[in-house]
Amino acid sequence: METFEQVKEVIVEKLGVDADKVTPEARFVEDLGADSLETVELIMGLEDKFGISISDEDAEGIRTVQAAVDYIGSKQ
Amino acid sequence: MISIDLSGKTALVLGVTNARSLGWSIGEQLIRAGARVAFSYQGERLKADLDKLTAPFEGTWSEQCDVTVEADLTRLFERVRAEFGGVDYIVHSVAFAPRAAMDGRFVDTTPEDWNTALSVSAYSLVSVARHAEPLLREGGSIVTLTYYASQKVVPKYNVMGVAKAALEASTRYLAYELGKKNVRVNAISAGPMRTVAARSIPGFGSMYDKAAGMSMLGRNATQEEVGKLGLFLLSDMASGITGETTYVDAGYNAMGMQLD
Repeated sequence: METFEQVKEVIVEKLGVDADKVTPEARFVEDLGADSLETVELIMGLEDKFGISISDEDAEGIRTVQAAVDYIGSKQ
Repeated sequence: MISIDLSGKTALVLGVTNARSLGWSIGEQLIRAGARVAFSYQGERLKADLDKLTAPFEGTWSEQCDVTVEADLTRLFERVRAEFGGVDYIVHSVAFAPRAAMDGRFVDTTPEDWNTALSVSAYSLVSVARHAEPLLREGGSIVTLTYYASQKVVPKYNVMGVAKAALEASTRYLAYELGKKNVRVNAISAGPMRTVAARSIPGFGSMYDKAAGMSMLGRNATQEEVGKLGLFLLSDMASGITGETTYVDAGYNAMGMQLD
């Protein structure tokens, strides 16, 4: 499965949003309605799914679906 | 050989978000010691995660509960009564403060944010204990999770430090009253852990690294170590301990000065 689809799966599960809302340009907070705890849950969900560790500084920069996909790509 | 055997015992752990949650760390130790354990989580979106966590363990179950909603607590404890008959151990691992209250200056804390933080993080222990009281078996025990910012200033912790101070004081008052029924109440003061709740605190990452460097063991305590302290405090191994706040922080709180 390509990274985007896997990221989408985590987002749908952690934020409880419809899959068709998870577009590359969608922003977690503004478009997908994530609060501060859900944002952290999402980051930790991505860490678990991809077996990576995301520092707080890096997490601050991951605000859209595409940013998450790009970040994971850079770590693999 | 001394071992902790909790076969036949039942436990309720309130406040699990994922496998990194301290409530889960303690619950896992209780399960390994033979207890049947129920978990509560807040918000239906967490249900799938909790089902996944508890699936491998027979006799466990989980239920949605917002500790500030009286009807949720009533429903949760009705299920405890139905499934377990009574309960031996309660783990309270619930806290929340609005992000704005931790981002800004403490002096600017609004009454709304103050009330939210104190209500969710401290009063909930009292209401949980009240609901649990009729079901708690003699020799039972309650633990809650606190943090050092209740005693000393930890920048950014703000109103949550006040809430944790209230939680530790509540632990003592509850321990006094429930002591008459031979039920013990203690608080675990864990050092920084990479949980969802902690990682949502501004600047947590640098605080986490700094605490490791300043502690006596040169590292942070682990989730598993919190779990093991929880198991100890809940079990009869700690039968003489109540009303206490016990640290599991690799010695951080006992340090007075850094030389290098």
